[in-house]
Amino acid sequence: MRSETGFDPALYDRFPTKGERPRHEEAQLKRIWCAPKGWEYLTVVNNNYVGIYYLATAFLFFLLAGLLALVMRVQLAAPLMEVLPQATYNQVFTMHGTVMMFLFAVPMVEAAGVLLLPQMLAARDLPFPRLSAYAFWAYAVGGLAFFASLFVGLAPDGGWFMYPPLTSKSYSPGINTDFWLLGIGFIEISAIAGAIEIIVGVLRTRAPGMSLDKMPIFAWAMLVFAVMIVIAFPSVILATLLLEIERAFNWPFFDATRGGDPLLWQHLFWFFGHPEVYIIFLPAAGMMSMIVPTIARTELVGYRLIVLAMVATGFISFGVWAHHMFATGLPPMTAGFFSAASMAVSVPAGIQVFSWIATFAIGKPRFNTPGLFAMGSVVIFVTGGLTGVMVALVPFDWQVHDTYFIVAHLHYVLIGGMVFPLFAAMYYWTPMVSRTALSERLGKWVFGLMFVGMNVAFMPMHLAGLMGMPRRIYTYLPGTGWDLPNLISTIGAFMLALGIALFLIDMGRRFRLAPGGGNAGNTYGAGTLEWLPTELYSTRSIPVVKSREPLWDDPGLSDDVEEGRYFLPNSATGRRETIVTSPLLAEPQYLQIMPGPSPWPFAAAILTAGFFLALTVQAYTFAWVSGALATIAVLRWLWDTDQPVDQGDVDIGAGIRVPTYVTGPASHGWWAMVILMIVMGMIFAMALFSLAFLWGNQPGFWTKPLPLTEGLAIAAGYVGVVFAAWATRRLHRRGNSWATIPVILAAVAALLLTWLDARAWLALLPPDTSGQSAAVNAILCLQAMVGAIAVLMAGYLGWRAVKNLVSQTRNNTLDLTCLFVGYAGAQGLVGTLFARAIGA
Amino acid sequence: MRVEAGLTSVLSGWPPPVLDAGGPFAQPVVLLTWALLIGGTIVLIVVLAALAVALWGKPSLRRRLGGDRAIWIGGVAFPGVVLTALLIWGLRLTGDLQATGPRADEMRVRITGEMWWWRVAYLDAAGRTVIRDANELHIPVGKSVLLELASADVIHSFWVPNLAGKMDMIPGRTNLLRIQADRPGTYGGQCAEYCGGPHALMGFAVVAHTPETFARWQAGRRAPPPPEAQRGAELFRTSGCAACHTIAGTEANGLAGPDLSHVGSRRTLGAGILPNNRGTLMGWIADSQTLKPGNRMPGYKQLAPEDLAALAAYMESLK
Repeated sequence: MRSETGFDPALYDRFPTKGERPRHEEAQLKRIWCAPKGWEYLTVVNNNYVGIYYLATAFLFFLLAGLLALVMRVQLAAPLMEVLPQATYNQVFTMHGTVMMFLFAVPMVEAAGVLLLPQMLAARDLPFPRLSAYAFWAYAVGGLAFFASLFVGLAPDGGWFMYPPLTSKSYSPGINTDFWLLGIGFIEISAIAGAIEIIVGVLRTRAPGMSLDKMPIFAWAMLVFAVMIVIAFPSVILATLLLEIERAFNWPFFDATRGGDPLLWQHLFWFFGHPEVYIIFLPAAGMMSMIVPTIARTELVGYRLIVLAMVATGFISFGVWAHHMFATGLPPMTAGFFSAASMAVSVPAGIQVFSWIATFAIGKPRFNTPGLFAMGSVVIFVTGGLTGVMVALVPFDWQVHDTYFIVAHLHYVLIGGMVFPLFAAMYYWTPMVSRTALSERLGKWVFGLMFVGMNVAFMPMHLAGLMGMPRRIYTYLPGTGWDLPNLISTIGAFMLALGIALFLIDMGRRFRLAPGGGNAGNTYGAGTLEWLPTELYSTRSIPVVKSREPLWDDPGLSDDVEEGRYFLPNSATGRRETIVTSPLLAEPQYLQIMPGPSPWPFAAAILTAGFFLALTVQAYTFAWVSGALATIAVLRWLWDTDQPVDQGDVDIGAGIRVPTYVTGPASHGWWAMVILMIVMGMIFAMALFSLAFLWGNQPGFWTKPLPLTEGLAIAAGYVGVVFAAWATRRLHRRGNSWATIPVILAAVAALLLTWLDARAWLALLPPDTSGQSAAVNAILCLQAMVGAIAVLMAGYLGWRAVKNLVSQTRNNTLDLTCLFVGYAGAQGLVGTLFARAIGA
Repeated sequence: MRVEAGLTSVLSGWPPPVLDAGGPFAQPVVLLTWALLIGGTIVLIVVLAALAVALWGKPSLRRRLGGDRAIWIGGVAFPGVVLTALLIWGLRLTGDLQATGPRADEMRVRITGEMWWWRVAYLDAAGRTVIRDANELHIPVGKSVLLELASADVIHSFWVPNLAGKMDMIPGRTNLLRIQADRPGTYGGQCAEYCGGPHALMGFAVVAHTPETFARWQAGRRAPPPPEAQRGAELFRTSGCAACHTIAGTEANGLAGPDLSHVGSRRTLGAGILPNNRGTLMGWIADSQTLKPGNRMPGYKQLAPEDLAALAAYMESLK
């Protein structure tokens, strides 16, 4: 057997160990991972709690957005109904889409990842528990405040896609639009935090021996999901930033009368918006691929094909965004490319569907509630997929685009591809977190009502679309003939709602949270690790994984794990900890000391939400104070991490020793920082794209940029910044005690260089002049922001150095600061040259 | 009397206009649509049958379904072939239907989307406006017409499903769309891109004429406007209507709202939402905000009923 890290796989044979473990070990684990009391429920960071909070909040938003849908269905049940006035309806449909996409679907699957992944991977927790807590609280507080805007008539009303110029200051002068831009922009940041957590968690905290090809398929799905978030979300973050700047400061990014372009928004939005659909679908498909084999009592057919399909979906989904823009007058070649890609993306979906069918075929499928939801999901999703192929054809799309045909299509895809798998998942995994499973008898009613109701509600919409009914209309006139299909849809919507209401009753009666053990257990007889007996510290010991369904292949595994006969049967350092393993073969590398509960992530989240909400309502003083306090709270929470531990290396079971601390590219912090840099890089790349796009589409408004030669001096300065960051790490490794100085100076220099660059540009082109000036200044703003963060990090590093916390062996803070400052220099270099090159 | 009582859509949903082509730029898509609907249904039935076999089928059948081979055939090979064929069809049709520059002797009309109505300008070969109108388009049957679609404010989308697919109207751009009606009649349409406020009430009508009636219509448009219905014309001046509306041959030259030079001859009022007659004209002038909440025209409830009647009579006379 080959090795990835030099770890000898033969050592795995020492497990399960023989003999009894000392009794006090379990008591110690329980003490270290103890349950919160009273106010501590706000400061918990353990995934067993945060995951449940997260799921419950996301599901609450599903119910709220669903209620909005019901009100809309009443309004549309007959022509000229007056249930909702026009302005309210426009807010309600905007909120329905926005809440479903941003506050329900993405957070819901992310939450499922937070709750399930550590259990499936047999990790004690995700690698950055405080980040999970921060992401959750930021989302919950921000999301609820955003939703509340509806009650005061200030909810956004520009559609969930927020097309300018309708959403620009001229046509939407109120703060409704700002609620969307700042509220959603902020929640996207929380989604990215979750994605970083998930990528590092999946790649670095799997149980020893769980090589990538033995990983549960849900973990694969979450990995692809998180990578897609990292690539796609920066685009919409940039878009919301640009539109907010246009509204607040009159920089004309999207104003065609001044060299901006409304289509720039559409490209930026859909570059995020279409992958978003697969971002929602893939985790749910991953759940399906976990549930179907258990329900069919056999292993999944085509595991490798499914993994391949998921990765392919991820790739192709970034080449389909313009199919939302077929009616904007795209050149035929472009339309053809996007048409082909949109069709191609159905192939990986087909692979997954046929894998599930094949798994049912070789197994002995059970018709219990999760099984029924899984089968129903296939029916609905295939229907939506077929209409998806139809609308990928440009001439057909020209007809049905922006009609109820699309409303039908997208609800079939999302309800079949996400909501039904989610309900299957809620029935399936409830025994893992609750004392009792949900009711099978009621569950069949829930399924029946939801399945029939869904079809009754959305099938007639296909016809309504072909009958000419456009989307996003608050009413329609007599004489269209749309009355009957709409009435049927409304009846179906209420059936669907009734099913969901029954589900809530069932939850209320049966669901009893049991995070500290005592859950209903492996009711369905599944084979994966989340069904091991768990406490708040997850499993007593961390097993060696030898197959994809360890519980099926080793019937004694549960007992051995519970008796502590595997890795880490105790707390090796007396703190919270988990084993960090190598990314491919999951060989133990080191023991991560995990941060425990802390009020700071909670405080930081509240303050960050306060910052964005105050900006929205234009309470600027409050906003800046809140923002500054949020920064302090984040730094305070970081201060406890990266602390020295007494033991250099420890026994993690059977005499296998690993270090308690590593630095450099092997550390989980390094991985997170690299992913963060990819996020920042994507945001920046999208800004560069915006400049190039405006040049290509509005050349008439172009001013000759600053000469490239003048930029070379600034560029050379940025090269110096990168070099200083690199040199700092080398100096430090050689034991130079002043080594932190160069990187601190470099961070300051990076900011100064940006200031020099900006001064030159401002003299030539004030930002509100044209699309070009707006885009160039946006690039400079992003650079200034990165520079400011670099300076902040450098200051933090300097302070830690003064406090003697940056030692020779424990220098992750130094490493990460150097990485980021180096990144700031590199980004500055590219930006400086690019802005001068475009249109020169 | 409820003023809404008269509201009727210019767009009729039956037979479904997407499936009921009125000309050569919609006809090929009808065929494609039927192929997609029927083909899609067949594929759905096959997949459901496969699922049924997987769940309840005989063991021998289930074994054949349960392996990588089934996935390759059902998930890769079959969609691969079908999708490639569809793609070729779709691309060819896209090329055929996509409008490029004007053909020789082709009628050209510039339609500008406004919040929440349509400005219509008939152009001559040099691109100069020869006739101004609003919310409806008159074309001769059997001849293709090139539409130049633009926007004055936000994004709208022009869609008359019997005649062609939709095309967005985007600020800063002019998109081209070619339409043709092969039989005389009125074809309804509605704005398809959400444009805020009363987006739901932004209809449009294309009226296709036989060559003779089209010539008559054109001649009528080029003729000087008819003599003024005295009292109505006076009220039009004194009530401030002229600030927003133009009536050719009079002092009224406002540009914010629709041109009213021939409003009496239009099929509909309020952008395709009301039939055009004395009663609806009075209702619209008095209280257009109830009929079409959010539209840019203020109500004139302060006018006495006889004044409203006089104004409406004047409007009706503008044929």
